[in-house]
Amino acid sequence: MCTTCGCGENSEPKMIDPSTGKVVSIDLTKSQDHEYTHPHDHDHGHYRHHQFHPSDASSGNTVSLEKEILAKNNLIAERNRKWFQTENILALNLVSSPGSGKTTLLERTILDLRKQIPFMVIEGDQETMNDAERIRATGCKVVQVNTGTGCHLEADMVARGIEELQPPKNSAVMIENVGNLVCPALFDLGEKSKVVILSVTEGDDKPLKYPHMFRASDIMILNKIDLLPHVQFDMEKCVQHARQVNPDIRVFQLSATTGEGSDIWYHWLRQQIVSMATS
Amino acid sequence: MHEMGITRNIVSIVSEHAKGAQVKRVSLEIGNLSTVMPDAIRFCFDVCSKGTELENAHLEIIEIAGRKKCQDCQLITETDQVFGSCECGSWNTTPIAGEELRVKEMEMV
Repeated sequence: MCTTCGCGENSEPKMIDPSTGKVVSIDLTKSQDHEYTHPHDHDHGHYRHHQFHPSDASSGNTVSLEKEILAKNNLIAERNRKWFQTENILALNLVSSPGSGKTTLLERTILDLRKQIPFMVIEGDQETMNDAERIRATGCKVVQVNTGTGCHLEADMVARGIEELQPPKNSAVMIENVGNLVCPALFDLGEKSKVVILSVTEGDDKPLKYPHMFRASDIMILNKIDLLPHVQFDMEKCVQHARQVNPDIRVFQLSATTGEGSDIWYHWLRQQIVSMATS
Repeated sequence: MHEMGITRNIVSIVSEHAKGAQVKRVSLEIGNLSTVMPDAIRFCFDVCSKGTELENAHLEIIEIAGRKKCQDCQLITETDQVFGSCECGSWNTTPIAGEELRVKEMEMV
């Protein structure tokens, strides 16, 4: 079943561990009942507690529900978030349009910081293991979630990813979402922050065109700054647009290919890990 | 884009509560800042409700207008965008209505 567009009966989401080749299919229709094996506290009966009872608010044949449509996803996301907090794990949700350089940024970050921060990665793509293979080549533990025709990751997929990765305390779990600037904004995964990546080969008005995503993100990384001399991209205008949409957004300008500007991003990452451990 | 998945969630929520009984009407609240298009939900509803307690149910969508509040001068104004500037010149505004995605009620046969 497609989680988003409803098409493609044979494109169910699945998770693949590239080191073992193990494939687990993800049936989202059973998401609220699945068994977690990672060690966190949760209440499988939670939904039941909030279900309608015949004596609840109702008038004649009309039954008042007042249920959030995304409640299931949000509940699992909250469980993920609590578990990350308990384990002092920094979870970041990396979002962008396809081709902004998310995977390259991850590769470089992992290679440069691996002695300081243990990284684990959950890769989201509609198809292929390509990105997981690239991350695996850095020596980092990774699982690939293929969403089939689904255009975003959901909290349950991340829960399965955590189960598989078993990240240690005081580590960082980097979740690379499906390349898409619309749908992932709507689905909380339980991350501490969304990090939106925008490359200078895209338009500088993207924050205005896709305001939900830039509003939902704490950090905007402007990537591929080494290409600035060759493209028409107004850096100042882009930052201004991003701040119009989200006055609190922090902006890092870097090139994941050359490494230029990466220090401030790395400094922020290290700070996050320290503040998780001391909070 | 994501309306089919959203509609599946709607059908699943109502089905859980209907417990096998036929549903005559489903009422939703969808905010106009929510990135979800009511017309797309209507289209998907016919497909997703087939073979469920919701088949042939009337789908009522209450659209909620967006409102934003300026964090600097506290002025509340209507908006059709999730961001925007205030009359006072500030861009520090927060939506206070219009992001709803809720199943409000259902009516049984």
